[in-house]
Amino acid sequence: MSLPVTSAPIAPTSSSPPLRVDELVKRFGQVTAVDGITFDLRRGECLGLLGPNGAGKSTLIRSIVGRVIPDSGTISVFGAPADSAAARNALGWIPQELALYPRLSCRENLQSFGRYHGLSGDALKQAVERGLEWSTLIDRADELVRNLSGGMKRRLNMAAGLIHQPQIVLMDEPTVGVDPQSRNRIFEMIEKVQGEGMSIIYTTHYMEEAERLCDRVAIVDHGKIIALGTNTELVQSAFGSRSKMLARFAGAEERVAAWIAQHGGQSINGATQFTIEHPTEITGLLEDSAKNGLELLDVSLHKPNLESVFLHLTGRELRD
Amino acid sequence: MMISAIIRTALVSLRRDRGALALSFILPVVFFSIFAVIFGGRRDRTPKIKVLVVDEDHSRASQRLVQGLNQEGSLVVQTRPQPVKGAEQPEYTAATGEAAVKAGAAPVAVIIPYGFGENPISFGPANASRPTIQLLKDSSDMVAPQVIAGLLQKVAMTSMPDLMAEQGSKYFDQFAGGLTREQRDRLNEGIRYLRERQDSGAATSDSGNGGGIVAVTTRAVVGENKNNPMVSFYAAAIGVMFLLFTASGAAGALLDEVESGTLDRVLSSRVTMTSLMLGKLTYNSLLAFSQLVVMFLWGWAVFKLDFWLHIPGFIVMGICTAVAVAAFGLLLASICKTRAQLGALSTLVILVMSSIGGSMFPRFLMPESMQKAGLLTINAWAIDGFTKIFWRDEPISHLWPQVSVLLAIAIVLFAIARRVARRWEYA
Repeated sequence: MSLPVTSAPIAPTSSSPPLRVDELVKRFGQVTAVDGITFDLRRGECLGLLGPNGAGKSTLIRSIVGRVIPDSGTISVFGAPADSAAARNALGWIPQELALYPRLSCRENLQSFGRYHGLSGDALKQAVERGLEWSTLIDRADELVRNLSGGMKRRLNMAAGLIHQPQIVLMDEPTVGVDPQSRNRIFEMIEKVQGEGMSIIYTTHYMEEAERLCDRVAIVDHGKIIALGTNTELVQSAFGSRSKMLARFAGAEERVAAWIAQHGGQSINGATQFTIEHPTEITGLLEDSAKNGLELLDVSLHKPNLESVFLHLTGRELRD
Repeated sequence: MMISAIIRTALVSLRRDRGALALSFILPVVFFSIFAVIFGGRRDRTPKIKVLVVDEDHSRASQRLVQGLNQEGSLVVQTRPQPVKGAEQPEYTAATGEAAVKAGAAPVAVIIPYGFGENPISFGPANASRPTIQLLKDSSDMVAPQVIAGLLQKVAMTSMPDLMAEQGSKYFDQFAGGLTREQRDRLNEGIRYLRERQDSGAATSDSGNGGGIVAVTTRAVVGENKNNPMVSFYAAAIGVMFLLFTASGAAGALLDEVESGTLDRVLSSRVTMTSLMLGKLTYNSLLAFSQLVVMFLWGWAVFKLDFWLHIPGFIVMGICTAVAVAAFGLLLASICKTRAQLGALSTLVILVMSSIGGSMFPRFLMPESMQKAGLLTINAWAIDGFTKIFWRDEPISHLWPQVSVLLAIAIVLFAIARRVARRWEYA
């Protein structure tokens, strides 16, 4: 069957962001999966959607690619409605599932998805080679997908999503279930396309991934964006310049407890936690503890991160 | 203890697996019922055999014979075609009767020739010029012609005993030198008794029990030149059943794609659900058609099926059958949620369709009600079409009922499948 001729990529205009989501709501029965989400994806940026499982990240992504019909709100791609042919062509989706044909080889899979996006002839051939190269699967090009390792399948899954060279890529937890080595390879792949100017939305519940890859992070919980900004902005707005000092002391329990209370600390699982504005405060605290006859066992300084921001904002751990 | 734990686990699993439950309990009951009806249900104990009777003679003997056949409970005698739009049709002639058998209106036609009444009994020296009853048969029905041939003898004996006795005495006079006056009087008395008894209705065809004495020549008007009579029937019958299985299996790829998320990815590209399903319909139709080609080629190579003489008809029927089974498979797949469910449902539906539709047992041997029920299946229409081509050598134009019904089935089933598939389109 012949597909329509590939429509021209949407010409970027200064006024329209690559992706704009406005007051998006999606309910499944009684459950509100997406609850009034609004954001813009900037040109060339990688925006992280960080949140625990069930926060509504995948529903948001599926709404953008037209697989979920929102109850209200609008999505536009370079100013065009998300369900338009032009928008579909501008979007590339890497689903969380390994959406591949197991009985086809890597090359055949990429060819199939390329054709579904309207590619043919030399353009298809080049796209397939580019995909194989990007996913470092050139030497496994003719291997059947079902015989590949989990990490290789993940990489091919990504290549299939980018086969038509979209301007915006939606990556839905692309590292789920892969070993650390494969994860690093995937990071390298993403950093490579970032360098080529693609705009990316990256959903994850791993704080380290968001910190490493994303220019900005939206923290999503219960279908809402509860904070949006760069890593530094988020930490700054939640904690200012405060850090945490953790220390453990030996000595009579009553004396230790009294000293902690005197200095406004908290006792958590046998350790003592102090919130400090500046690292130099540590020296003062330690000197005072010594004066009071407490024996210091160990001490550490914890700068707040996205995980701390999430905990601070929701009262829960990211992996809950 | 361990055994009861294993049984308990298995029982819980079975209860949750509705497909397996259906296969375990419903399918055997359904199957048993179908075959119970085919081979003698409570209402239709024996299927009635349709026979066309042409009386060219219009003599007393021939009329008695027709009347006798009419009284046979196991026969449906037709002397003229069914009225068309209320208008009575003329009686069958030898030519129209033969044409009707060729067209499949009945498996047998009995032609009572002009001059039969003069010498209804066949014993005595052979006389080629003497007219004999002709039995025109369709060789695909191996039972009906035998039954009719037997019943003809029975009816001849029981429906005209007086004529037989009279004819017998004539033969005796001719070949044994005649009777004495006393013997003649007694014989005439006996014949008079038989005639009165016949006229009063006391004698019916059921009351007699005699041997065969009317001359009958049997001629196959359908399938007479066939190399291997039933092969074409079975190629179509078995072929369609397996086509249905393959088509539903192939359509199950849709469920795999749903499960793996591939369908979502495909639908997020430029491919719409309609074009995806049309693509699958086309592919599955091609697959089914190729299967039919292989089946019939095998029939030709191994069982001497006349494949090459019927290529155009085969292509027409093959395409229509293939599209219908492909649409059927897509509908089943779109209704089901998992492969396992599809496996159970397709086994159930296809086996039932195949048994009613004549893939396991020829429909013409089934009771009338079952034959009608069979028309609700793809199998019946496909088999009828292939039989028309390979068995009756009918022209392609005669395939229009089968072609229209199969294509209509394909369109309707595909439309329903497309409607049901909307659940995969968006969440």
